[in-house]
Amino acid sequence: MTDLSDDDTHKPAGVSRRGFLRTASLAAGGAALGGAASAQQADPLITEVQDWASMTGEGVDATPYGLPIRFEDDVVRRTVSWLTADPISSINFTPIHALDGTITPQGCAFERHHSGAIELSKDDYRLMITGLVDRPLVFTWEDLQRFPRENHVYFCECAANSGMEWAGAQLNGAQFTHGMIHNMEYSGIPLRLLLEEAGVQAEGQWVFVEGADASSNGRSIPLEKAMDDVLVAFTANGEALRKEHGYPVRLVVPGWEGNMWVKWVRRIGVNHSAVEAREETSKYTDLMPDGRARKWTWEMDTKSVITSPSPQKPITHGSGPLVITGLAWSGRGLIDRVDVSLDGGVNWQPARLGTQGGRYALSRFYLEIDWDGSPMLLQSRAVDENGYVQPTKDALREIRGLNSVYHNNGIQTWAVYENGAVENVEVSS
Amino acid sequence: ALAQTLGLGRAALPEEIAAWDVAVEPDGTGLPVGSGDVFTGEDLWVENCASCHGDFGEGAGAYPVIAGGEDTLTNRRPVKTVGSYWPYLSTVFDYVHRSMPFGNAQILSADDTYAIVAYILYSNAIVEDDFTLSNENFADVVMPNADGFYVDDRVETEFPIFVHDVCMSDCTAPVHITRRATDLQSTPEGAVTVFAPDRPSGVMDGAGAPEGGEGAAPAEAPV
Repeated sequence: MTDLSDDDTHKPAGVSRRGFLRTASLAAGGAALGGAASAQQADPLITEVQDWASMTGEGVDATPYGLPIRFEDDVVRRTVSWLTADPISSINFTPIHALDGTITPQGCAFERHHSGAIELSKDDYRLMITGLVDRPLVFTWEDLQRFPRENHVYFCECAANSGMEWAGAQLNGAQFTHGMIHNMEYSGIPLRLLLEEAGVQAEGQWVFVEGADASSNGRSIPLEKAMDDVLVAFTANGEALRKEHGYPVRLVVPGWEGNMWVKWVRRIGVNHSAVEAREETSKYTDLMPDGRARKWTWEMDTKSVITSPSPQKPITHGSGPLVITGLAWSGRGLIDRVDVSLDGGVNWQPARLGTQGGRYALSRFYLEIDWDGSPMLLQSRAVDENGYVQPTKDALREIRGLNSVYHNNGIQTWAVYENGAVENVEVSS
Repeated sequence: ALAQTLGLGRAALPEEIAAWDVAVEPDGTGLPVGSGDVFTGEDLWVENCASCHGDFGEGAGAYPVIAGGEDTLTNRRPVKTVGSYWPYLSTVFDYVHRSMPFGNAQILSADDTYAIVAYILYSNAIVEDDFTLSNENFADVVMPNADGFYVDDRVETEFPIFVHDVCMSDCTAPVHITRRATDLQSTPEGAVTVFAPDRPSGVMDGAGAPEGGEGAAPAEAPV
């Protein structure tokens, strides 16, 4: 597995001594990586008594709150330092290449901050409702616990997910091309209930939501959405939000771009119009070929990606049975189907939905094939309940050009080589 | 709408609302009373802002460029600044007042913020160097790209193209590789398990180097 302590910075990416040896062993059939069944001689892991079958393991008092076993230490968030000026207003990436199912473990779920992950206790927390309401209110965290709650699973995808791929294949791994995403089960209050507590006045048509951090991250949301399915959430995957995900309270905006999922939320203002804040003018607006820009591109369009095989998950077992798996999602409703191509989009076959996520949640798909060892150009193509078919990158570029930065939901291609290595590529006929 | 309330929470006091609701809307709603001129703004800028954004808003390191970039929005590499891109002056005031300087936000008074915004306007050649900005004349300033934005039209412009029956066989002519991520070597070291030194032949033959030759680095970081 990848050793994160590898530091061969004087060598080109990916060709460390370790990586070269690994590649060589792959070409030799992968036996050196372990796991290759061999009946030539008896397996000492079976025929000799191992320590763990003789001595004892850890006691139940050793680990009050556990972390993954050390063998999984490559399943971590990663950063791309050249993307941003500093690591404070920046992004990291979920290791989607190494995960399965649909629920993202919080500890490796991606982060995106504009002034860092702040520490805000429940005691210090306040939420204010202001503006065009009958009763401007202040709530404590305790107050919020007394409202009726709902549970929902939703994906949160950064508007910029896959944004570095607009001009061509750039980052070699699903974690980097598609990892600005997580999918969690939230418990929280419908925002509607808090707004009704304050009494929204007739001229209130928008809410402006902002966080307690220095960046504030204020965004305008039309009242219709705010009263529909937006949640004020306290828990994710059963426990309190992680600090980096907005502890103790964040906004959950199903199907909509991650920037609007305001963390450490401290104020909800009811206004007659949109504030047109920095995060909806300078940023999160999408420059089009004519020099004008789309604004308020809230929904995340239908999208999918094969997570394995992928550049960080090469085929190490040689030819024969191969599981192709990935994720699909839509900010506009349910995923209806996912198709997979082995030849760069010429021919397709339907994949199996192992988990068909609910509206605005991740779905997991599988396609089991018998790989003959020849090169492949893997693609996945999601279709949502509206009949919207995930487009190619070229089809998107045809409309949007190369500089829209956000909302890249184009089909991803992985080249699979005979030695099992996988690369991020683009193809054309 | 009269909905059943639970009686939770308490009334927000006026001074609490004033402390937290500092949003300024495009029509000037929310502006505090105050004023500041370009020269005062220049002093404040040099003291608080220039280390990241440059003496003239030209940017330093990878930090955002604040001034310039006129007529670049259709270029291969657009330069999106307050002058070339931002539609409303209200956003400049609000964001600076609320979230800048980076790492030391909310230190600027209303007058400080008016002055810095005046300097940003001057840096973008939108006002002369004797200009004073205040809550009185704020609404008179029209940003160059005020009409540069339109509401999301994907449902009208893209759905007709992308809602269609799915093709399952012989959907395109055979394809070849046109771009490879490994040509750019921009992926973090140690993140990729295997490198593919032997590029296969035959149907997988590429079309050579990526067109443009400058790689696919994003026109701007997603920040």
